[in-house]
Amino acid sequence: MDETVAKPKPVIMDDINTEEVKSELLRLYPPKVGRKRAKQIVVNRVEDGGRVPEIQSNVRTVPGLISQRGCCYAGCKGVVLGPTRDIVNITHGPIGCGFYSWLTRRNQTDPEASPDGHNFMTYCFSTDMQDKEIIFGGEKKLKQAIQEAYDTVHPKAIAVFATCPVGLIGDDVHAVCREMKEKLGINVFGFSCEGYKGVSQSAGHHIANNGIFTHVIGTDDTVRDGDFKLNLLGEYNIGGDAFEIERIFEKCGITLVSTFSGNSSIDAFANAHTADLNLIMCHRSINYVAEMMETKYGLPWIKVNFIGAEATAKSLRKIAAYFDDAALTEKVEAVIAEEMPAVIAAVSEIRPRTEGKTAMMFVGGSRAHHYQELFSELGMETISAGYEFAHRDDYEGRSVLSSIKVDADSRNIQELKVEPDPEKYHPRITAEKMEALREKGLDFADYAGMMPEMQTGALVIDDISQYETERLLEIYKPDIFCAGIKEKYVVQKSGIPMKQLHSYDYGGPYAGFIGAVNFYREIDRMTHSKVWSYMKAPWQETPELTAYYVTE
Amino acid sequence: MRKVAIYGKGGIGKSTTTQNTVAGLAEMGKRVMVVGCDPKGDSTRLLLNGLAQQTVLDTLREEGEDVELEDIRKQGFGGILCTESGGPEPGVGCAGRGIITSINLLEQLGAYAESENLDYVFYDVLGDVVCGGFAMPIREGKAQEIYIVVSGEMMAMYAANNICKGIVKFAESGGVRLGGLICNSRNVDNEFEMIQALADQLGTQMLHFIPRDNMVQHAEINRKTVIEFNPEHVQADEYRALAKKIDGNQTKVIPTPLTIDELEKLLIDYGFAA
Repeated sequence: MDETVAKPKPVIMDDINTEEVKSELLRLYPPKVGRKRAKQIVVNRVEDGGRVPEIQSNVRTVPGLISQRGCCYAGCKGVVLGPTRDIVNITHGPIGCGFYSWLTRRNQTDPEASPDGHNFMTYCFSTDMQDKEIIFGGEKKLKQAIQEAYDTVHPKAIAVFATCPVGLIGDDVHAVCREMKEKLGINVFGFSCEGYKGVSQSAGHHIANNGIFTHVIGTDDTVRDGDFKLNLLGEYNIGGDAFEIERIFEKCGITLVSTFSGNSSIDAFANAHTADLNLIMCHRSINYVAEMMETKYGLPWIKVNFIGAEATAKSLRKIAAYFDDAALTEKVEAVIAEEMPAVIAAVSEIRPRTEGKTAMMFVGGSRAHHYQELFSELGMETISAGYEFAHRDDYEGRSVLSSIKVDADSRNIQELKVEPDPEKYHPRITAEKMEALREKGLDFADYAGMMPEMQTGALVIDDISQYETERLLEIYKPDIFCAGIKEKYVVQKSGIPMKQLHSYDYGGPYAGFIGAVNFYREIDRMTHSKVWSYMKAPWQETPELTAYYVTE
Repeated sequence: MRKVAIYGKGGIGKSTTTQNTVAGLAEMGKRVMVVGCDPKGDSTRLLLNGLAQQTVLDTLREEGEDVELEDIRKQGFGGILCTESGGPEPGVGCAGRGIITSINLLEQLGAYAESENLDYVFYDVLGDVVCGGFAMPIREGKAQEIYIVVSGEMMAMYAANNICKGIVKFAESGGVRLGGLICNSRNVDNEFEMIQALADQLGTQMLHFIPRDNMVQHAEINRKTVIEFNPEHVQADEYRALAKKIDGNQTKVIPTPLTIDELEKLLIDYGFAA
């Protein structure tokens, strides 16, 4: 095999007509629901120039359909702010929201990377609102909670997250935060991320981006040593992904100023505006910060993907191309050459067993796209995929941004007005240079989306329902299905292996080169385990006794 | 035990009317409890001769779970038992939730128990039925009959009509019924006829027409009901009459709320003295 890993041969749709599958998924829905879902279930067709069909997304889930989606609070506190080790995250609300979002995402962190060794991720902070606070207001208790957290662990920063009842009774969390910031002399900031806002956790990502941009980024102007300084946005260090990416960067001589927000610290956020380039992994959850940083500070951003060995190599080459430095380019190539043999050895061993197998993934706002890379390196085809909470640009690419209809649900989420900072704005490269790099294929501020990279005929489904999931499994019987914990056991009961791509079950890392090999081995193991073929008890297959109802 | 709730537009005179009326009932020898459902906690001021009342919610907040009925219930004029739900200061928290909590607590503490030998419970509810909390007394059969205090002023009639919509909503599930309208006169043109007509259209009755009298104001300044402050006065007899009518009232209906057009027509037909 060459240094690159060959793409799989298309295997889908030989004997299954995707349009018919779509009709079958919609068949039992009431007409109005069917019409809505028909816009969210799309048979992919990639035309010249990468044009793909329009898919409706980021719209309300039809009540009654069992959705995969989470809430605004989950997106804000759970996804974006949760992985930062040295911010005390206080959930202002009854205890359930705090408790059930405590350490649920396997975001790893390295406390020894901070001089103070702070790590509060293992704790759960909540105001534990009671009837009393709902009636009389919870601001006083919130102040006490902030004070208590400060007195107990002396953090550098405290963030406050509003849950649904807080929004209903009108507690002013921002005023409390301002007051406590003044009093304690540390950064205290709040998020109005009440769970009911928006149509999914996506609203919470946006609110988190706004808050971090307003209250943290740009508050420390120290320029650190390093020739090639990056921020990695939208990498949450599930199962140690960020550690693997950090290992590769270090080998390449690339300086990581901050990661949003896997293995992160608040100091790194404060300093992020001093980097030279923003890399975006999860486009959906973090593109807002990248865009605002570009406008205010002049940092350009590019989309990267470190899921998949080939994708990792490609992303590293993009970084080298941006800095246009011979030594860096050489180093990056040397690292790729050094890392790839182990990857290729694993692929050569495993791929003959996995070639031609099929996968489905319904997860996140980028993951359903990124993991297709890894499966394709194993010769496996993604026959159906979709996101939980993505927008049209994540499916069809950012070229459709101007044609996205902004509905009332999206308007409810604040868009910050950002202007170039009079002192801190400086473009990192000239417009001419940017144009030249663009011509060489470096797409600044762009993301082509998931659908152009999927096969024509694949089924793309936004906000898939449990019913549709079960029907898909029956019709296609894929060799593996990827989603989250809520879907896991239903899929396994149908006799199909299920890999969680939110939490990686107990595995990881799956990013970078070492991660890719981990993933190959995991998928090999899962798709060849016989355990799922024993889901039916022997008497269900061959009963010793049969009977029938007299009246039927 | 009859469970009565008094609703009506803010400032219409619900608390004054309620307290004067229950004073009349007490004179008749009835055993009455008044539950004030207003965060201001001023529904029993005239019966207790001042705002000496510790509210249910304040007590619950300060004492935690160790609340005794005696802490939150005071005896006022004529042996009337007075409780105030209380609630947050303006602009914070959720007063509606407070009323729900407070009534639940009163139930748990046995305020409605048979051993209390109550003839009447009166809920004096703040303003309109703005949210689930203020509908609490008419939900789940907590109050069985509603009286709406109204005047010939347009907004008071709007509010009365809206409250009727709330009653309809809960009538089927909770069994609540409208006992009638009480007109607390503002000396508007044709007021008597207009409220009579409104009552007809709502399918109910104008139970009593309380004329406007400054004696009410004098009594209030002295923190007393008219019946206590000046028992011989004609206005005291008005409240006694109302108390008798409530005591004997057999007409309890599910109202038929008016459309906005019907309500406005009513105002045009009656609103100007010929």
